[in-house]
Amino acid sequence: MFNKATLDAVRKLLLFQADDHLIIGHRNSEWTGLGPVLEEDIAFSSIAQDKIGHALGLYSILHEHLGEADPDTLAFMRNEGDFTSCQLVELPIGGYDFSLVRHLFFDMAALIRFEDFSTSSYDPLAKLARKVKGEIKYHVFHATTFFKQLAEGNEESKARLQSAINENFALALGMFEAIEGEQLLVDNGVYKGEAAIRTAWLGEIGAVVRDAGLKMPDAAQVEALVGGRKGFHTEHLQPLLDEMTEVFRVDPAAEW
Amino acid sequence: MMETAVTEKERIWAAIAEVMDPEIPVLSVVDLGIITDVQVHGDGQVQVMMTPTFSGCPAIKLMEKQVREAVEQLGYASVAVETNFDVTWNSNMISEKGREVIKNFGLAPPPKYKDNPDLKLLEHTACPYCDSENTTLKTPFGPTLCRSMHYCYDCLQAFEQFKPI
Repeated sequence: MFNKATLDAVRKLLLFQADDHLIIGHRNSEWTGLGPVLEEDIAFSSIAQDKIGHALGLYSILHEHLGEADPDTLAFMRNEGDFTSCQLVELPIGGYDFSLVRHLFFDMAALIRFEDFSTSSYDPLAKLARKVKGEIKYHVFHATTFFKQLAEGNEESKARLQSAINENFALALGMFEAIEGEQLLVDNGVYKGEAAIRTAWLGEIGAVVRDAGLKMPDAAQVEALVGGRKGFHTEHLQPLLDEMTEVFRVDPAAEW
Repeated sequence: MMETAVTEKERIWAAIAEVMDPEIPVLSVVDLGIITDVQVHGDGQVQVMMTPTFSGCPAIKLMEKQVREAVEQLGYASVAVETNFDVTWNSNMISEKGREVIKNFGLAPPPKYKDNPDLKLLEHTACPYCDSENTTLKTPFGPTLCRSMHYCYDCLQAFEQFKPI
């Protein structure tokens, strides 16, 4: 159905999405046992589990339909430079304020993406997305609920949310770094492309932030922190990979 | 011959129906709605299709194994169980019997919905103990991926819901 150049672009799209979900899933899992309240501990852990499931679904398409290695190999055997995740997802969890805003920013984009993917002309992606978008809806619901609650809290909670918004914003814009061959994907109806997703995201996030009485940064004045899609990362990704793959490297055949 | 084939399929469905969801061990995988197709081929080959409730469900591999063993016990030589997203599972696919079982297990069954579930529905989930709707959502995530946690102001009980998705 698609020519080779388009399939190569599909491969890149699936890979950066899988990598984003794997890495944010790992970061979310770091809240297990540390959540500020028990419910948040459980929520971040559950969301982490969903994200790893989404990464698995995407890696499985790469393996089953596009001839890539199996999901475990893709997840655990590559080096930092092979990962095409955006830099937003690799930063350490920081405080709960940082993690909550990152969660809101990431999942709003994920919801827009997977709603779009659910009508993709690339059938394996469309099928997976129809499943995944319902799960991401819960993630966005969770993020917006807590964001609003904290925005209605006291001066400190508002100030901390605003700082977290400002801190996350340039990184979040890096989610929309276009990949090579994107136009082929748009022309062939695989997805609508990063520029359209970014515009939709700015609209949705702007509404949530402003409704909460906080200030939305002006995207035109902020330079996106890009590079992740090309394998350029901060100093935080390799240590994460080292930790994530520790058991696998000690005993690749381990079952758990 | 058609009749034989139908009966054979029914026997297989009945065997699969004995497999329970490991996270709600009274709920059959058939009532849960995750078995999407059963194919019987010649020479003792059976193919069963499953679809996951949640894409990250950790119980999938175990259920695949249990379904395969249940069918193998009927004497089939080769049983293949495959999980894929060809059919998208949603909570409306839980049978009426399944809803009853979930409620008796102490979980609120997911409300049926049209098109897309409105997550506002979660705010006033009926309590599985006293049926009151004077309840509140504590968190949309619970002890397993498919559950949310709630509190009933009338019978003063915390409870969980199998959430609509």
